Amino acid sequence: MKKVGLIVNPIAGMGGKVGLKGTDGQAILAEAKRMGAEQVSPQRTVKALERLIPLKNAIELITYPQEMGEEVANQCGFNPKVIGSITQGMTSSDDTKQACKDLLKMKIDLLLFAGGDGTARDIYNSIGNEIVVLGIPTGVKMHSSVFAYNPLRAGDLAMIYLQGKVKELKEAEVMDVDEEAFRNGFVSAKLYGYLRVPFGRRYTQGLKAGSPPTEKYSQEAIAQKIIDDMENDCFYIIGPGTTTRTIMEKLNLDFTLLGVDLLYRKKLIEEDLNEKKLMEHIKGKKAKLVITPIGGQGFLFGRGNQQLSPNVIKEVGKDNIIVIATSHKINSLNGHPFLIDSGDTELDRLLGGYVIVITGYQESVVYRVIS
Amino acid sequence: MFEKGGTKMSRKNKVRNFHQAKWDEPVIFELSNKGERGILFPEIEKEIEMDIGDGISNLPKNMVRKQPPNLPELSQMQVLKHYLRLSQQTLGADLNVDIGQGTCTMKYSPKINEKLATSSKFTELHPSQDETTVQGILEIIYKLDLFLREISGLDKFTFQPSGGSQAIFAIASIVHAHHEASGESEKRDEIITTMFSHPSDAAAPIVKGYKIINIYPNEDGLPAVEALEKAVSNRTAGLLITNPEDTGIFNPKIREFTRIVHEVGGVCGYDQANANGILGITRAKEAGFDLCFFNLHKTFSSPHGCGGPAAGALGVTEEFIKYLPTPLVEFDESKYFFNYDVPRSIGKVRAFYGVVPAILKAYSWIMSLGSKGLREVSEVAVLNNNYLLKKVLELRGASAPYAEGRHRIEQVRYSWDELYKETGVTTEDITCRMVDFGFHMWSSHHPFIVPQPFTLEPTESYSKAEIDEYIAGLKKVVEEAYENPEIVKTAPHRSVVHKIDVDSLDDPTRWAITWRAYLKKSKK
Repeated sequence: MKKVGLIVNPIAGMGGKVGLKGTDGQAILAEAKRMGAEQVSPQRTVKALERLIPLKNAIELITYPQEMGEEVANQCGFNPKVIGSITQGMTSSDDTKQACKDLLKMKIDLLLFAGGDGTARDIYNSIGNEIVVLGIPTGVKMHSSVFAYNPLRAGDLAMIYLQGKVKELKEAEVMDVDEEAFRNGFVSAKLYGYLRVPFGRRYTQGLKAGSPPTEKYSQEAIAQKIIDDMENDCFYIIGPGTTTRTIMEKLNLDFTLLGVDLLYRKKLIEEDLNEKKLMEHIKGKKAKLVITPIGGQGFLFGRGNQQLSPNVIKEVGKDNIIVIATSHKINSLNGHPFLIDSGDTELDRLLGGYVIVITGYQESVVYRVIS
Repeated sequence: MFEKGGTKMSRKNKVRNFHQAKWDEPVIFELSNKGERGILFPEIEKEIEMDIGDGISNLPKNMVRKQPPNLPELSQMQVLKHYLRLSQQTLGADLNVDIGQGTCTMKYSPKINEKLATSSKFTELHPSQDETTVQGILEIIYKLDLFLREISGLDKFTFQPSGGSQAIFAIASIVHAHHEASGESEKRDEIITTMFSHPSDAAAPIVKGYKIINIYPNEDGLPAVEALEKAVSNRTAGLLITNPEDTGIFNPKIREFTRIVHEVGGVCGYDQANANGILGITRAKEAGFDLCFFNLHKTFSSPHGCGGPAAGALGVTEEFIKYLPTPLVEFDESKYFFNYDVPRSIGKVRAFYGVVPAILKAYSWIMSLGSKGLREVSEVAVLNNNYLLKKVLELRGASAPYAEGRHRIEQVRYSWDELYKETGVTTEDITCRMVDFGFHMWSSHHPFIVPQPFTLEPTESYSKAEIDEYIAGLKKVVEEAYENPEIVKTAPHRSVVHKIDVDSLDDPTRWAITWRAYLKKSKK
């Protein structure tokens, strides 16, 4: 019998309707409640869980007490195993982390969690890459791509994963913005890491006649193209992401998944550079910048790769920016253009328009970019 | 006889209470019975053997099989039953309202054309016959070329490609030969296409060694002129584009597209597989194309694909005739003949000179309609499509992304995303349930960038009553999706096979397309 963990962050999403851009921290939660915010997370979780009812007797659902999972599980007719303890109405980030640790010990097959970017971060900090997870989107901030498109899809994807129909996993970004800065009108998103989620290609795209390449195969084809085209007297700045990481893996080089690395003649010059160090290396020299859109919203600059500052981008030059992405990643944007928020409005305008994106060894697409 | 609560189909109640035959028929190899024979040949008579030998011993030894082939062994009656049963388990184009197979142009192919193509006068021809003995069919090939010149505005056609993708491959080869002639073939290694063009417009040039730049559509569903300007360069070999694309939206700026590509030295190829709504209305020539192809098996009656066979008619302007595959069929005012004297030809893309039954059927179809008739075909196909569009959009949960409020040409790529979000029922579920009402299932809506995509193409063949029947079926399924989604999600219920595990289609270790491969893989 498959074991499924369930963690509901009951306060996720409460800040949304009252315009608070998040509910991280007790003071903001109190403010949200004062402004009349109501819980939205449990109802949205129910929508996902209802999809799993056909598997009710085939899985063991393990969850935390009361509003952290027990209540919604009972509401959907499950008979959950309840572990841990909470103080009702006073749950916090610590409870999420503790629940993760407890569930990890239970050797679960899948962790379903309901929340937003803050919750995803807590999950990532507690379990890393050890368990396959899937996010039910119930929060305000949704920059991470660990979430299904909506609760229904989360339920459906969990269902087919548990039935063994989806075997492929993908590493999905966990991102979060600084809420305080966000409330003041600045977006400062950071890439925290990657969680393993079921790769619902076949499910999200419907039945296909052919056999499209897997995400990994596509990433390798793209990486090989970049490597084969590398010029000798040119620096290569490799931005964060799993697609860019494949280039480093193919070259047998050390790398930082979340940071920016610098290559010259296919050798690593330095890992995890900040803006200052990057500028020291490339100032006045020929350099190319290899980036991939970050997060579920398709940001090229300004989310998760702030080291690539307006100064660095200007030094490299627009024509030396190489954008790479798998077709699946582009298709998952549902036609929404790539976004740029470098912090320099003039530069953003300059980078807007259309960009050529390398999607395979011999394939590329022309895609729109807006700021 | 009928489903509980169901009623007999009538003009008022258009949903059919269909149930498909289910014979539970094994694969023919499993029916094999060692030693069983369909025909018992008599022993060779001594007299004959003395005169001409036994027919085997004079063959070169290395050509004689050491062991007989592992074929199924069955009597005639068993074979007949087997295939009749299988035929009852299919939903053929002549049985159902086939407008659900969008992009396939499933139109009616008049039976008189089939009769011509199966006449012994025709079937007993051999492609190796001397041209003086096949003047009739050569005349038909030559005249169909003349018709298509008129329809496209281009200057010469060949029918050698045996399908659309092969015609696209031939176009890519001609583009390559053209640049090779000017010493630019190495530098010009990029072909530009669009996301909603047919996937073969990207795939076939890759086989030829080209790199592909694919343009994404904007919110209006069309590729932007600015995006094309980003894509073109001195590396551009050519443009391969479908218009209208599979969204049914016609690109009104197509002339600008060909101009931009020509300005950088590229060649423009037109995928006219979606020509069914524009015959006699727009032409490749006026849009600025150098090359184009039609699918005879779609637009020109001769049934589509597996109902086929297929034929890709490839046309070029004067400048590109010298690259066409050989032989060209020509006329010297007294006789029709094969012209092999084309020194810069790309060579053959297929043996002989084309899929002649499809050519014959297309010729017959055009002759029966005339130029006015061809235009009427397109007008009715467009009218049918826009009637269907209006009816589908009245259904709950349906939408037609892009070009909102505008009419489409001959097909529409719809989306059931809203219905999916509200009910959890997917496009795949809907098409499976439609089978229960006697409509063919169809799953190819590439590229999958429209969420929950669903492509319909009613063509000119279907009457209003039949379109209404299709809509009534769809309406019923939509109502079920909201009221009882499980019945849709677990469909089909009245077909040969109910739910199958489609996961294996993506798994090369499990799929098998030959009996030998099946035996090998199932042993693992």
